Amino acid sequence: MPRLIRLDQTGHTTLAQWSAEDAASVEAASAAFRSELDRGYFAVVSQGEGHAEHVRELPLDAPLVILRRPIAGG
Amino acid sequence: MGAEGSGPLPELASVYWRPRASERTLTRAGRLWTLSTVGYTVPFLAAAAILPALNPVTLPVALVALAQAWMIPELSAARGSNVVRPRGPAKRPGAEAVALGLLGDLVGHDSRDLHAQTGLVLERGELGVWLVGEAGALLIRPGGRRVHCYCVKATDPALPSSDRIAHLLLALRTDESGFATVANLAFSGARARVRRRLAKPTRPALDSAVVAARTTP
Repeated sequence: MPRLIRLDQTGHTTLAQWSAEDAASVEAASAAFRSELDRGYFAVVSQGEGHAEHVRELPLDAPLVILRRPIAGG
Repeated sequence: MGAEGSGPLPELASVYWRPRASERTLTRAGRLWTLSTVGYTVPFLAAAAILPALNPVTLPVALVALAQAWMIPELSAARGSNVVRPRGPAKRPGAEAVALGLLGDLVGHDSRDLHAQTGLVLERGELGVWLVGEAGALLIRPGGRRVHCYCVKATDPALPSSDRIAHLLLALRTDESGFATVANLAFSGARARVRRRLAKPTRPALDSAVVAARTTP
C-alpha cells in the first residue's frame, strides 16, 4: 500500500496510507500531504539510485512519498 | 540524475544570485582554488629562499615562512575534509535505527555497506561521484584527482544522522547541479590533500569514490 512519510526526529513518521480504489484514504492522504507542504516540507519520490522527483501534488501511483525539510549551505 | 523530470531544487530560490553549478563552473572553481593556494604559498616560499641568502641571521624567519607555506594549504584541506567529519554517537538510538532503515532502502547494497563502515553514502552523478555525510558532501570529479568539499545540511538540527544523510541524498538525486549550487564550497583541491586530513574510518569511502570516479567518463 502506498505510504506518505515525513522525515523527522523519530526517524520517520507514516502520515498516511492509501489505496487508489478507496476515495476516503486518497482524500485523507492528499490533505495530509498539502498540510505538510504548507508547513514548509518538500515532497520527493525516490526513483532508485541516482533519481528522485520533487512533487507538488500527491502522486497516487508512487509506492513511497517522502517529506523532507529544506537543505541549506552550512 | 538531474532536474529535467522534476524541476529545479526548491532551495535554489534562497541562493538566486549564484550561477547554477555546471562542468564549467566547477572546473573554474577548482582552478581558482589552486590559484589562491599558489598565491598564499609562493610568497612564503620565496621569503624562505631569499631571506637566508641575503643574511643568514634571518634563518629563523625563513623557517617560520616555510612553516606558513606548509600550514596554510593544510588548514584549507582540513576545513574541506571537516565537512564529512562524523558528528559523534546517536543521541536517540531508537530514532537513528528507524532512520537507518529508510536510508538503507534508498541506497544499494554496496552503498549500504560503505555507509556502515564509514558513515558516508556513495552516489554516482553526472558531475562526478559524491560522498554524502550528515552535514556535507564530497564531490570527486571524473578521473578522481580533484575533490570539491561542500558544506550543506538539513535545516532541522534534531534529525537523526541517517535522516540528515537521506535529506541530502534526496536533494542530490532531485537536482544534482542545484544541490551543488545550494551547497557552500568549503575547499577544492587534490584528492591526496583531502584524504590526509580525513578521519581514518572515512578514508575507505574516498578510496571507493576515487575508483568509481576513474571509470566516470
